[in-house]
Amino acid sequence: MKSHVWRPLFVVILLLVGILTFRFFYVPNDFVSGEYGFMYSYHRKSNVDEWMAQPIKYRDTGKTKMHEYCGECHSEEVEIRTEDLHGTIACENCHGPALDHPNDPEKLAIDRSRETCLRCHTDLPYTTSERKRIPGIDPNDHNPGSECVECHNPHNPRLEEM
Amino acid sequence: MQRRDFLKNSIYVIAGASIPLSALEFLDPREVLAKNPSIHWAFLIDTHKCVGCGFCVKACKTENDIPLEANVTRTWVERYVYTKDDRRYVDSPDGALHGYTESRVDLGKGEFKEIDPENVGKAFFVPKLCNHCLAPSCTQVCPVGATYKTDDGVVLVDRKWCIGCGYCIMACPFAARFFHPVEKVADKCTFCYHRITKGLETACVNACPFGARKMCNIRDINDPVTKVILNERVGVLKDEFGTKPQAFYIGLASEVR
Repeated sequence: MKSHVWRPLFVVILLLVGILTFRFFYVPNDFVSGEYGFMYSYHRKSNVDEWMAQPIKYRDTGKTKMHEYCGECHSEEVEIRTEDLHGTIACENCHGPALDHPNDPEKLAIDRSRETCLRCHTDLPYTTSERKRIPGIDPNDHNPGSECVECHNPHNPRLEEM
Repeated sequence: MQRRDFLKNSIYVIAGASIPLSALEFLDPREVLAKNPSIHWAFLIDTHKCVGCGFCVKACKTENDIPLEANVTRTWVERYVYTKDDRRYVDSPDGALHGYTESRVDLGKGEFKEIDPENVGKAFFVPKLCNHCLAPSCTQVCPVGATYKTDDGVVLVDRKWCIGCGYCIMACPFAARFFHPVEKVADKCTFCYHRITKGLETACVNACPFGARKMCNIRDINDPVTKVILNERVGVLKDEFGTKPQAFYIGLASEVR
């Protein structure tokens, strides 16, 4: 081979070998194609476990499960809530994620803000949605600025003793 | 003689090259059967039940460490308001992170439209999230193999491997993906993979007080949600893209994009 062919060819081969060596060391060797083939599920296998290991914050306290987790210590509140429509709201929606309560954090924050209640109870004139079945108020008319819980028991707003 | 030898050799080479190496593998029937995993996650959204409270968005952002003040979210709720004078308004203020507390519609860019309550015809809410499609266009375009569909049907992003090119964000027809502002890689709903694989519900399903969001293993025919998907009339978003989404909707109107 003439040298004018050999020299650039040498550079190309060197480049190729360099890239392949770098790839050999850099790319993790647990890349696999999963159930859906190379096109849709080519991935680094250990990543699946990494996602499974993400820390859990909310403890599943919606509807029926709140009896199991929250009811162990807060049975009174759970009982009050289950008698009312508010019982379908997960405890953690207003009390924040339980994390490792009661170990850490010892006390959960209580969201008393007006905005939390207004999420559902702002009166919106939508007759074709479930929204129409929720009693609502106009936030600018009904005691603006004060917290709803000053008058309404959030666990069971139908309770008359306040 | 040279030409004859050459032809003979080339025939041998062609014959050899036409045997795919996979034909020489022995297939273990157990391995073949194992490839149809017993779990495949699907999502069911009942738009009749959604009231737009936005607790799902708040729960998702808290559970998955998406900064609340950032303008990105893994899931969101859209409001569709049809007025009697034949107009249609769609908005999603902050992705419904704070719910819908105003009847005026957010038109974007700081503009709002007051709607007269007498003028409202139809109105409903549509929660949206990653559909974890069967043939996801997002996983197809990833140049490095950072995003993929797991064996049980969840589309995930490998944070350590993603180079942040954004091809997948562009490729998703549902606009379900975004750049994570802190991790600086692509991010999206993971079906709370860390929760469902431990028997818990996803954060959004757990937070929804009205049961508008439900999740199931579609391979389990005894699951009540699976029965709904298989027996009731359900629809999907953007069927024309051919990505075969696995988030099924009850009560979708044709104008929902």
